[in-house]
Amino acid sequence: MRNRWRLLITAVLTLIGLAVVWPRYPGNFIPGGEFLPGSPGVNLQLGSYRFQREGATLGLDLQGGTHLVLLADMSKAPGQDQAEVLRGVIQVLERRVNAYGVAEPLIQTQGTDRVIVELPGVKDIEEAKKLIGQTAQLDFRERDPATGEWKVAVATGLDGEPKELTGKYFRPNAQVVFDQRGGSQPQVAFEFDDEGAHLFEQLTRRLIGQPLGIFLDNQVISAPTVQAVISRNGVITGVRLQEARTLAIQLNAGAVPVPISIIEERTVDATLGSDSVRKSIVAGGVSFVIVALFMIMAYRLPGLVATVALFIYAVLTLAVFILVPVTLTLAGIAGFILSVGMAVDANILIFERMREELRWGKTLGAAVEAGFDRAWSSVFDANVTTLITCGLLYWFGQQFGASVIQGFALTLAIGVAISLFSAVFTTRSLLRAIIGSSWTHNPVLFGSEIPEPVMPVAPSRSVRLSQRGAPS
Amino acid sequence: MSFDFVRHRFKFYALSLALIVPGVLSLLLPGGIRPGIDFSSGTIMTVRFEGPVEQTVLREALDDLGHSEAIVQRSDNNSYVIRLRAFEQALTETIETGGRSERQVIVAGLTERFGPVEVLSLDSVSPIVATETVWYSMLAVAAASVGILLYLWWAFRRVPHPVRFGACAVAALVHEALLLLGVFSILGRLFGIEVDSLFISATLTVIGFAVHDTITVFDRIRENFIRHAGEPIEDIINHSLAQTLVRSLSTGMCVILTLVALYLFGGVTIRNFILALLIGIVAGTYGSIFNASMLLYSWEHGELGNFFRRFTGRRGIPARAT
Repeated sequence: MRNRWRLLITAVLTLIGLAVVWPRYPGNFIPGGEFLPGSPGVNLQLGSYRFQREGATLGLDLQGGTHLVLLADMSKAPGQDQAEVLRGVIQVLERRVNAYGVAEPLIQTQGTDRVIVELPGVKDIEEAKKLIGQTAQLDFRERDPATGEWKVAVATGLDGEPKELTGKYFRPNAQVVFDQRGGSQPQVAFEFDDEGAHLFEQLTRRLIGQPLGIFLDNQVISAPTVQAVISRNGVITGVRLQEARTLAIQLNAGAVPVPISIIEERTVDATLGSDSVRKSIVAGGVSFVIVALFMIMAYRLPGLVATVALFIYAVLTLAVFILVPVTLTLAGIAGFILSVGMAVDANILIFERMREELRWGKTLGAAVEAGFDRAWSSVFDANVTTLITCGLLYWFGQQFGASVIQGFALTLAIGVAISLFSAVFTTRSLLRAIIGSSWTHNPVLFGSEIPEPVMPVAPSRSVRLSQRGAPS
Repeated sequence: MSFDFVRHRFKFYALSLALIVPGVLSLLLPGGIRPGIDFSSGTIMTVRFEGPVEQTVLREALDDLGHSEAIVQRSDNNSYVIRLRAFEQALTETIETGGRSERQVIVAGLTERFGPVEVLSLDSVSPIVATETVWYSMLAVAAASVGILLYLWWAFRRVPHPVRFGACAVAALVHEALLLLGVFSILGRLFGIEVDSLFISATLTVIGFAVHDTITVFDRIRENFIRHAGEPIEDIINHSLAQTLVRSLSTGMCVILTLVALYLFGGVTIRNFILALLIGIVAGTYGSIFNASMLLYSWEHGELGNFFRRFTGRRGIPARAT
């Protein structure tokens, strides 16, 4: 009765897995499969929670694109909180990359002074590099009385020369403060250096009652109305708390021109990537067939069962990759295909054990149970060490931003975890169900007629062995 | 089936030693291993031209463009792999001066001479990153060994001398790692195969797999220790090896077949990675049968202690040194 539940769970999981894995355009994956219906993808909505997946998330090496590691020169921003400076740099990068129109870019910090930028599908990398490489440009603008357009405000500097008022004169200490009078409205407070204070005083005197545009990289971020003459310190009002925080970061980033340089660049053309995907699918298919043939030839009926379990394994693992989602890279796919080879190991261990138990005279049912129970400890120990290695690989990849290695470790680890389920839970319930029918009670189907490896004993020690008695 | 592994252990030791000697020699000689750009910094570009371009002409063109260090390799039809030093990519300066990046200079220069060029892939790693990668690689391999040693020590805590199980497994995996490194050192000399960070992944995977294999054998030894308490240890080890041999070979076979399929049908980009896995896994299957268990026997039998005592004893008597 319990086994029926196990089978049901397996069947339901497999069906869910298949629904997730089924490609949107089957013809792309199955030769001649154009007539098959495509999957609508996963689209769930639970209240405000929305979950949507259209297929596997492919890494840059498979879909084409650029991976950059940028180094921010922190020596140009002395005495400041580095994490804050880096956060500012990222804000600026994000805005620029979004403005550039890259689908699903990835921008994240690495360590204390680095930023990883991944731009899928970007081919003209020089343009993108130009875009992200510039330091944030903050300036103050006034409306041209004639045209009404914003133009950079100019005032006379301390040395008598006309100067544009930019973030160059900012002290990088803009922060969010709260206005005590107006019911604790958030404001962004900023401070100029001497030159900036001199310029700003002239400008605010000129612009009282008029808007003053604050621009970051040619985009207006705020246009408050000047209410008083300000020299050194000022506040920007009329922003919500979240905006104020962003603005403070942006102001600091705009004010701190940290030079950025590229210390690592990896670009892959999209055609090369899709070629790799096709090759990986072929390699995966061939591997599966070879392993299946091997298992059926070596273990007969249980081998066939293991092949079914292996198929379920592949479907479930791919489904997890899509649902998490795990970004699939070339090395990650290799890790997955390798795990197909390794996933049968648990079955091989169990089947070998089963065979031994059969030879020792156990009944089929007892041998199956004993095979699973006795082999469990080595299956478990062996997989724990693989997980340890995966953990270290992941860490190794993370330390220097090698998403390739992280992807490999993650896919291998998920594979190992699922193989424990498929090789033990699935195979066991399938085998139990099968040995329920009488036609399977033929030892030939289990390949147990092969002679038993006997414990070799030196002649002088045979006495001892006979005391133990051969296992019957 | 009833093969006396233990009796032949010295032959296996000799074989294991013989297997790593050429590789280790190659490693120790100058230029032992060819580091890829991940470790040594540099740039690798794959470019495709629309028409045929002579290798020597391309080489000269790159020389003209200020890259006398360029190494050009033909890939497939009209495609070339070009190796250069790491690009200087101080982004801000390039833009402020309105100058072109090194890559743009190369692409423009090549287009001018040979027509449209397509950059299929480009990898550029600066010395800062490369130095760190070397460091983290060593750390990762060391940490994996220690982690496995500790886990085995714990997993075998109910057996007498559990630390020996861990230590023998680690000794076997050091042998496999050396074998793999040695083979790649020789391959580097013969075919210019480089070692990159994917190679480190391969090494770690191989370590994981080899231990996986060793554990299966050790696990059976542990079981037989308890089941046949009082039996001579050589019988237990021989018997355990015989019982797990088919399984070790079957699993090894499955993984090797998978890797061969990947090598033949998978992308060219990961071919060296697959090759490293293939060599390592063959070595691992061998090592778990012939190294780890034999070492365990030698240790339990007191041979390891004797060996080291003899080793240190000899040093004390110079007259016998020759």
